[in-house]
Amino acid sequence: MKILSLDASGNVASAALSDGDKLLGEYTMNTKMTHSQTLLPMVDALLTLTGESKQSIEAIAVAGGPGSFTGLRIGSATAKGLAFAWNVPIISVPTVDAIAYNMAGAEGLVCPILDARRQQTYTGIYAFHTNVDHKIEMDVVRPECAVKIEEIVDDLNQRGQKVTFLGDGIPVFKDYIAEHLTMPYAFAPFHERLQRAGALAALASVYAAEGKMEKGEDHRPNYLRDSQAERERKKNLKEVSNSVDNLHQNDK
Amino acid sequence: MLILGIESSCDETAAAVVKDGRTVLSNAISTQIPIHTLYGGVVPEIASRKHIERISQVVAEGLKEANVTLDDIDAVGVTYGPGLVGPLLVGTSFAKALAFGRDLPLIGVHHIEGHISANYIEHKDLEPPFLCLVVSGGHTHLVRVLDYGSYEILGRTVDDAAGEAFDKVARAIGLGYPGGPKIEKKAKEGNPDAIDFPRAKVSDHPFDFSFSGLKSAVLNYLNGMQMRGQKVNEADVAASFQKAVVSALVEHAMLALDTYGGSKFAIAGGVASNGAFRSAMQEACEKRGVEFLCPSPILCTDNGAMIGAAAYYDFKKGRRDGWNLNAIPNLALGER
Repeated sequence: MKILSLDASGNVASAALSDGDKLLGEYTMNTKMTHSQTLLPMVDALLTLTGESKQSIEAIAVAGGPGSFTGLRIGSATAKGLAFAWNVPIISVPTVDAIAYNMAGAEGLVCPILDARRQQTYTGIYAFHTNVDHKIEMDVVRPECAVKIEEIVDDLNQRGQKVTFLGDGIPVFKDYIAEHLTMPYAFAPFHERLQRAGALAALASVYAAEGKMEKGEDHRPNYLRDSQAERERKKNLKEVSNSVDNLHQNDK
Repeated sequence: MLILGIESSCDETAAAVVKDGRTVLSNAISTQIPIHTLYGGVVPEIASRKHIERISQVVAEGLKEANVTLDDIDAVGVTYGPGLVGPLLVGTSFAKALAFGRDLPLIGVHHIEGHISANYIEHKDLEPPFLCLVVSGGHTHLVRVLDYGSYEILGRTVDDAAGEAFDKVARAIGLGYPGGPKIEKKAKEGNPDAIDFPRAKVSDHPFDFSFSGLKSAVLNYLNGMQMRGQKVNEADVAASFQKAVVSALVEHAMLALDTYGGSKFAIAGGVASNGAFRSAMQEACEKRGVEFLCPSPILCTDNGAMIGAAAYYDFKKGRRDGWNLNAIPNLALGER
C-alpha cells in the first residue's frame, strides 16, 4: 500500500512516502518556520523527486496526537484536505507511539517524553520483541498519556528495566531524571530523538494491515487535554456541584 | 468559472461554490455559536477544534448543494487573514491540501475583502468605484473601493470593533452571546432616546471610529444605577446603546460621501444585518440621492460565498498562492 505520512505534532515537520515495506522518500525539517509554510511544500517535493503520482497514493497517515494543538491541526487539516481530494482513508497513529518506533529493537523500555508545558509530559512506555518471522514488533507497555514527569519516572522505577528516552522533553526533564530515576538509562541520538515520518510510515503500514483506518471526515486529533476554557468551566461546574453536595450533607 | 470558497476565520466553518464571482451555487455554513454561548464569547482553542471536526463535511455539503463535484471546480479560494490564527490555519491548511491534491489554483483571500465582495453577489451590476463600510465583530473599516481588489482605507476603529461593543454591552446587561442579534431584539422594546450615551470622535482623524468610550459609558451607567439601588431598564439601555453605535457609523459614512462623493454606498460584515443600522443607512443615503447597497443577512455573516466572489476577482487579476501560504491573523487590507 502506498502511504503518504505526515507529522506536524511538534517543532519538527516531517513527511514520508512509503510503498509496502519500502520507504520511497522522507523529508524532515526542524526550523523556526511554521508547519503551514513547510509541510505541503515538502509533500510536493517528495512527490516530484520520487516521481510518484498523486493518484497512486492509497492512504494518508498522520500523527494523531498528542502534541502542539496548532501543529496537530495543521497536520490533520492537511491530511483531511488530501484525503478529500484523493478520496482515500486516514491512518491516525498516536504521536508518542510513532516516536517510540524510531527506536524499534531497543533493549529494555523506550519512553518518549514530550514537553507538554505546565510541568507535564506527553509520554508512554514501549518495549520491542521479535516475532516468529524475525520481525520486530512493538508492545505498548503504558499507552500515551499526559502526566507529570514524577509519575512516569516513578512508574519506570517500578519496572526494573533499562530505559531509552526520546522526545523534545529531554532538555526540560533531564535533570529530574538524573536525580530521581534509579534505573540505567540513555538518551536516543538526535536523528532518532524526534518525530520522523519514516517511523510513522512504518507503524502506519502495521496499522493499515490491521485495518485501523478511518474516513478523512471522521478524523480529528487526540489532544489528550481539554482547552483551558473547558478545563476552567468543568472545574467551576464541579465546584458548584460540590458545594451543592456539601449543602445536602449539611442538611443531613 | 467555478470557485470553491472556504472560510474559517472565527466561529463559522463555511464553504460555497460561486460561478464567475457573482452567482452563488451553494453556501454551506456550520456555526459554532451554541458552543461559544456557554463561554460568553468565542474561545479560540474551542473554535479551532470545531473547525477541524467540521471542515470536510462542510466542504462536501457545499459541493453537494451546488450539485457539482471536485472535477467541476476551477480554483480554490480561502480566507488567510485577518482572524483567529488557530481557526484560520484549519481552513488554509485544508484548502491548500485540497487545491494541491487536485492541481487547482489556490487564491488566499482577505477576510474583509470577502465581506465587501458579498455586495457583488447581491448586486449583480455593482462595479467599483464605491464607498463601503465594513462592520463586524472583529472589524470596523470605512473603505473606498477603487477597483476590484484595490482599496483605500479611510478610517478604522482605534479600539473595539462595533460588533465587539455589541457583545460586551450584551454581556453587561445579561443578554449573553452573540450580542448583535440579542441587543437588536431587546432594543425593539426600549426607547432609543432614554439615555444619552456619548458618540466618541477621534480627534484629527474624522474617519476613525472609537467604541470603547461608549462601552465604558454603558458600564458606568449600569454601575451607577446599581449603586443607587435603581432598577435598570435593559431594553432602554440596548436601544440607546444601539442608537449611539448606529449614529456614529452613519455619521462617518455620510462624512465620507460628502468628502469623496460617489453615487453608491455599500455596507458589509456581520453588523450589516442589524435592522436599525440598515434602515438608518438607507434613509441617510436616500436623503442624499445616493444608492444604498447591502447584502442579504446570510451574506453578511461569515460565509464561503463572499470568499469565492473575492477570489474570482483576485484570480482575474492574476493572483495565485503557493503551497507555503500561511495564515496571517493581523493581515492588513490591501497588503499583499
